[in-house]
Formats: sequence, structure tokens, C-alpha cells
Amino acid sequence: MTIELTINGKSHKVEADAATPLLYVLRNDLALNGAKFGCGLGQCGACTVLVDGKATLSCITPISLAEGRQVTTVEGLGTAEAPGPVQAAFIELQAAQCGYCIPGMMMSAQGLLQSNPAPTETEIRNALQTNLCRCGTHMRILAAIRRASELMQASLGPVANKRAG
Amino acid sequence: MNAPLTGALTRRGLLAGAGGLLVSFSLLPHAFAQSAAPAQPHLPGSLETSRSLDAWIRIDPNGHITIFTGKAELGQGVRTALLQVAAEELDVPPGELEIITADTARTPNEGYTAGSQSAQYSGTALRHAAAQVRQLLIGEAARRLELDPGVLKTEGKAVRAPDGRSLGYGELVSDQFLRVEAKPVSILKKPDSYRYIGHSLPRVDIPGKVTGGEVYVHDMRLEGMLHARVVRPAIPRARLLSVDSSSVEAMPGVVAVIRDGDFLAVVAQGEFQAVTAMHALAGLARWERRYALPDQAALPAYLQKNESTVGTVSASGDPDKAAGKVFEATYTRPYQLHGSIGPSCGVAVLKDGQLTVWSHTQGVYPDRAAIAEMLGMPPNKVRVIHREGAGCYGHNGADDAAADAALIASKLPGRPIRLLWMRDQEHAGEPFGAPMLMKIRATLGDDGRIAGWNYDLWSNDHNTRPGGARSLLAAQAKENPFPPPVPKLAITPNGNGDRNANPLYDLPNKRVLWHYVEDMPLRISALRGLGAYANVVAIESSIDELALMANADPVEFRLRHLSDPRARDVVELAAKRFGWSNEKLPPHRGRGFAFAKYKNLAAYLAIAAEVEIERETGRVRLVRAVSAIDTGEAINPDGIINQTEGGILQATSWTLYEAVTFDENEVTSTDWSSYPILRFSSVPDKVEVHVINRPGLPFLGTAEAAQGPTGAALANAVRHATGRRIYDLPLSRQRVKQAIGI
Repeated sequence: MTIELTINGKSHKVEADAATPLLYVLRNDLALNGAKFGCGLGQCGACTVLVDGKATLSCITPISLAEGRQVTTVEGLGTAEAPGPVQAAFIELQAAQCGYCIPGMMMSAQGLLQSNPAPTETEIRNALQTNLCRCGTHMRILAAIRRASELMQASLGPVANKRAG
Repeated sequence: MNAPLTGALTRRGLLAGAGGLLVSFSLLPHAFAQSAAPAQPHLPGSLETSRSLDAWIRIDPNGHITIFTGKAELGQGVRTALLQVAAEELDVPPGELEIITADTARTPNEGYTAGSQSAQYSGTALRHAAAQVRQLLIGEAARRLELDPGVLKTEGKAVRAPDGRSLGYGELVSDQFLRVEAKPVSILKKPDSYRYIGHSLPRVDIPGKVTGGEVYVHDMRLEGMLHARVVRPAIPRARLLSVDSSSVEAMPGVVAVIRDGDFLAVVAQGEFQAVTAMHALAGLARWERRYALPDQAALPAYLQKNESTVGTVSASGDPDKAAGKVFEATYTRPYQLHGSIGPSCGVAVLKDGQLTVWSHTQGVYPDRAAIAEMLGMPPNKVRVIHREGAGCYGHNGADDAAADAALIASKLPGRPIRLLWMRDQEHAGEPFGAPMLMKIRATLGDDGRIAGWNYDLWSNDHNTRPGGARSLLAAQAKENPFPPPVPKLAITPNGNGDRNANPLYDLPNKRVLWHYVEDMPLRISALRGLGAYANVVAIESSIDELALMANADPVEFRLRHLSDPRARDVVELAAKRFGWSNEKLPPHRGRGFAFAKYKNLAAYLAIAAEVEIERETGRVRLVRAVSAIDTGEAINPDGIINQTEGGILQATSWTLYEAVTFDENEVTSTDWSSYPILRFSSVPDKVEVHVINRPGLPFLGTAEAAQGPTGAALANAVRHATGRRIYDLPLSRQRVKQAIGI
């Protein structure tokens, strides 16, 4: 069947079974590398994307549920030349080893920071509870998200800061 | 075909076709060996085996410089570190160099990217090659300009004369210019003039990784590519009794069901179609076990019972005659996983009799030999190209997935095949880290020093890497199968199961034995550190117990037995930065210390850790860790810190949570819920890594140095917090509760 999806602000029509997990459509039909297959079971977070601003495990989300919603992948946050604040923070703090889990981490962080621009340490850890990293990059990931929070607040300006505070 | 690859191949093809410089470089490692005089000199690093400068560095007439390494990026940042080294000696900014990594058609054969040896071998080779290339360029410029080489400088990819004349690197090279054998001695930059070595340059691969770049073998999309899945139960070497695949063949998108002996796979147009068909096929296949697995709870006894031979790792004096107080203990380690977050993936295509395989293997050349043997093809008809995978911590499923893809591709000529393992296949099918049993009997003399040291370890070999088809799951399963390898005991300087079994401490009377277990019910292979992890946990736990017996501070007790000044330096620095003391900690908190020199010939690492215990649940959390590492000359200090932080966190996960589980039929830890690992709620508050840089000294391996000391520091901290020693890994909630009587 034909399903219309809005990915990173652009509308796409894809031919696929309604039960197809969003991840496969993102990776194969739309050639987006950001979301990764890690477990296919919703246990590791490597496939995390935002659906209507909320961190969502795309490996267990059928495309039928994504229809009519705004899907954001790491490609929607910026580019290597013009990285978004979360990407810039991960680059600045060199928060990657193999990097395979990192886009999922960044999408969980983006979802958190969009709703809570100045999260506490506990709130950051809670937001990442379903994201697994095997290289042991955790300390840098946490630091990068704190840094991203600073970068986002700086770009939002004092009004937004006040609202968040 | 992915864009960067096409670009690279096309450029090379065009240049080669035009008869440019690229046609005539030597990849044959022994080309010189065959023609040279019998007594050829020893060359630095991997130059010893790939002796021509143009195997490592090429300069195009337009000044484009390419460096080649047989090592692969595994997430450890080796691309960046090797670029820094070459850039330093060539006097060219790293950003202006192209680097080509492990590819059997293009790069030197440097075996495996393993054992924390990339900087040591490839870095050393590139450094010397680059320095010698620079000297050749200066020499050629001096000849053309009729000047003394001593007055010439290199800058901006050109050799410059004091009178303002200059010649670009590209202008100076001509056909065969760099096709010369390297010399044993190079004029290297002095540490005080370094511009790139010793600086924390940002990793070149990170921007692509955080923006959805095409980075991993998983991301390849070749034209006409099909998606494949294997059907492989969690029963080791299961026999396929029967499968009626006709219904699966009729499923949407399915192109083929492939059966070859016990090898079963499905190929489909779409990836989810392949997954759906795989599940259907798995439901139709009937399997039989070949043998029963041992009782997991009795694994240590199994190891002891199946000892096949004994090797002496180290012996001096007479440990049995030592007089004093005796300490005895038995430690165990279970099977543990590499557990990469991305399952193994391989891409392969057979076209016009030439098989090309893209893999996140650690060794493109050994993998090529294994795949060629499996398929009965000459190795020169197989090309293996490294593409990154998810984190590599040793010999995981990469080679097997490459072989699966190759076997499938061999049956569907002309069609590129992308083969990805599922999570349960990765968890049950990767070669595990080997279980171990360690017994110690040490004597503390009246002088407060260790007078006798008996150490016995039981373990399988820790390495079943390919070198032949026998190591590949697909080759073991296909018709006319290759039987699994049966490794033989070998005592080597690097060590294997016995890695770090010989303590670096001054022990005049010691005997260290490896009771070698040939029988291997579950497949194992190299996992970060091999035997070093459990050996260091056992040794350093025992050192702490002996310090207690001696009524000595654990750090002081270690220093009492350490005469190597670099060892003493890391111990003293870690203790100082941690604020090591005997002051009382809050209730349920403990501190622990540990040290090892990885393999007794790589990086020195000491670590102090503080843990907290949740009495009600037995949960242990690492609160903070402070480590000091001496890895010789530091190429990229931040890279060393990143790798060491990673080692500390990963070893924390191993030590607190991890054990492969199985029943008599099959592996039962097949996902992240049955094999839990570290989560963010348990991540420490703070981890510090202090690098002791040794400019001018040889590079030492970094990547695996933290595994053993971290495990031991945690075990010692739990001992300190609870007053009880836990001898079995992992230090699970259940064991902690048992130890403290809850």
C-alpha cells in the first residue's frame, strides 16, 4: 500500500506493507543512514527517531503509525558542514567511539531538550535509559548533552531561558 | 555502489589506465625478501613485512598524497592517529592527506587490527616511511636546485630553498620514485618540533557519524542489491534435519531460499521481506543438536576435568619452599559477549568470477584466505575491503557474516547481497570471551613481602580467528563442511589465555601454569584483553588480600613489589589524583585499587575506584574512577583518554552484570534483557584518565589496557565496602547479597 510520510519536513510516498517497521523504510526506501538497526526488539535505542517531537523506537513502530506525523531523524538536525546544537556538542566533546549508537542517543537528547531545555543530570540519564552504548562512551555522551543544552539555550535567548527556568 | 567507493576506484582506475604513478606500487609483502640479499635488515614496525615505501605512501603528480594502512578503523580512532603520524613526518597538515585502510587490493597486509598494536606496528611503519619520503623529496629537490639538502625546508607540500625557489612534492616525484625499500633508520622529527603528534586532533570520522553519513558496511546500497538473512538457531553447530521451504519461496519479494548442508538462508528484494521470510523459514526448519552443553553452574569443574595439556608461563625460584602465611583462593569468569550494538553485517557480490566482500573484519587478508578456501576459489579472485561496523572489541561475528554473504553471493552471481544478522543470532552466534578458572596459592613472608606465588589457570584457547575456512560458521555448516579448528597450546610473549598471568611484581619464587582446555562446547574467540581481564582480576584481588594479611595499605603494598619506574609512576599518579587514603568512607561505600602493564609489554595502567552498595538489592554502582596510563609517546592524548574511559566503562559492565547463559541444548542469553549491560542509571558520576606522555619513546598499545585493572579495582572496592571477597565474576546483585548475608 502507499503511505505518505513526513520525514525531516519533507513529504514522501512509499510503497510498503503497513506493518513494515519505520526503520526499514527510513534506511532503505529513503536512504537515510542515521537510524540504525540494533536489536529489532525495542531494547537498545539505536533506531531512535522523533515522532511529533517524541523519542520513538523506529524498529518496532509500524509505518502506519507514523502516517500524518512529523518524523525527525539525525539527518534533520543538521549536516557535517552546518551541525545542529546536539550534533555540534557531540563533535566538540568527541562523544563517539564506533558511533553506531550515537544518532539514537542524539535523538533521545533532542527529544528531551525540545521539551525541557535545561534538564537535570537525572532527567538526562532517565531520557537515555533505553539507549545502550557498548564502547563505554557514556561519560562523553552525558557531557555532550549538557553542552547541547547550553548551546540550545544560548540560541533560544533569554526569554526562552526564563520560560524554561 | 556507494559514492566514496566509486570515486576512489574510478580515480585509481583512470590514473592506472593513463600510466600514471599509481600503476607501479608493490603490495607483495615479500617481493623484496625474495630478491634481496639473505641478511636483510630489520625494519621498524610493519615495514618489516611490507618493505617498499610506495606500499605506504603515494604522491600524485598533482601533489595529492595518499597514505595506506593495513589496519582498520574499529571506532578506536586509528584513522586520525595514523594521519597525525604521517602528517608530522611529511610536514603536511593531516586534513590534506587521504587515508586508505585495510583492503586486500590496495593496502599492505598487516594481519589483524587487534591486540592494541596499530600504533605500534602501523604507526611506526608510517612514521618511518613518511620521514624517509620527506628525506627523498628533499634530496631530489637539492639535486635539481643544486643546493645542499641541509639548507632546504619543507612546507605547504613543497621543498623550499632560502633563495625563494621551491618545488612541490608532486613535481618532485616521478615513476618509481618511492618504489624503494625502506631503510632501518630514519631521521625523525624531534618531540620539541611536533605540530601534530601529541596534540588532541579531533577525530576525522566523528562528523560523518553524527550526521547520518554513509559510514558503516550496514549503510551500503549497491545497485540491484538484495537483502539476505540466515536462519541459525542458538544451538551450536546445529544439524538441519529438514525444511520444506516451498511456502517461503512463494512469499512476497523472496528471490531464493538457499540451503547448503546445514546452512540455511533466505534472499529477498526488500529487507523487511527478508526478515519476514526468515521468521517463516525458521518456523519450518527442524534442527538437532550435535552434542549436549555442559551444566553452566559446573563450568569451572568442566574446565578442570577437560584439561588436555599444561604450559609453563613463568617459573623462577621455588614457590613451594617459601615460608610464611599462606593465602589461597579460586576465581572464575563466565563466558562473556562482545555484544556490539549493531549486529554483524557483510556485503558481497560475485561478478565475472571475481568475488568482492565488504566486511567489518579485523583482518581483510586472513578473511580473504578463509573465504577463498571455503568457496574453493583462488585467493586472488577474492577481494575483501574493510568497512566500519558497530564497535569491535575483538573477534566477533564480522568474519562469519562476511562468509555468510559470500556463500550466498556465490550462489546468485551478479547480485550484490547484503547480509545482516538479527540480534539473537549475534548474541548466540558470535564467538564468546572464554570462561576461566584461576587458582592461587601465595605465601607472605615475615618481612611483609610475597615469598611464594603459585598461579594456575584453566581455559580454552582465546583465539579462533580465521586464517582458514574452519573458523567460519558458514564453512562449518555447508555441505562438505570444514570442521571447527582445534587450537594448540602455545606460550607466547603476547600471551593468550595466559595473557598477564605473570604478574609484573617482583616475585622471586613463582610458578605460573596454563592448564589448556582443548574441548570447546561453545565457540570462543578473542575478546578485548583475552585472558588479561580475568587474570588481572584474580592477581590484583589476591594482592589486596595479601596486603590485608600484611596489614599494609594496598597501594603501598603494590609499590613495595614494583621496581619498574614507569609502573610506579602510574600507581602513584592514580593514587594521588584519586585522593587515596585510609580514611573511613560513608556506610556501604568502598574504595579499590589495581594495576597492570597490559601484556607486560604495552601500556601501564593504574586505577582507583569508589563504589556504593545498595544493601537491600545487592546492586553495586561505580561512583567514580581515576586512572593513570602510560602508553609511551602519546599520538593523540584525547584519543587515549576516550579509549581508556571506554575500557573502564565496558569492563565495569562485564564485571558487574555479564554472563552468557545456556542450557544443555542452546544459548539462552539472546537479547539485551537476558544479557543485561550497563545502563545510564548506573553510569559513574565521574571518570578521570590521566595520560603520562613519554615523547620520543615507542608507542605502546592503549585500547585494552583498562579491562583487567578496572575489574580488579571494582572487586577490591566491593571487598572494602562489604568486608567480603567475591571470587566469581560477575559481581552480580545475587552474589553481593549472598556475600553480605541478605
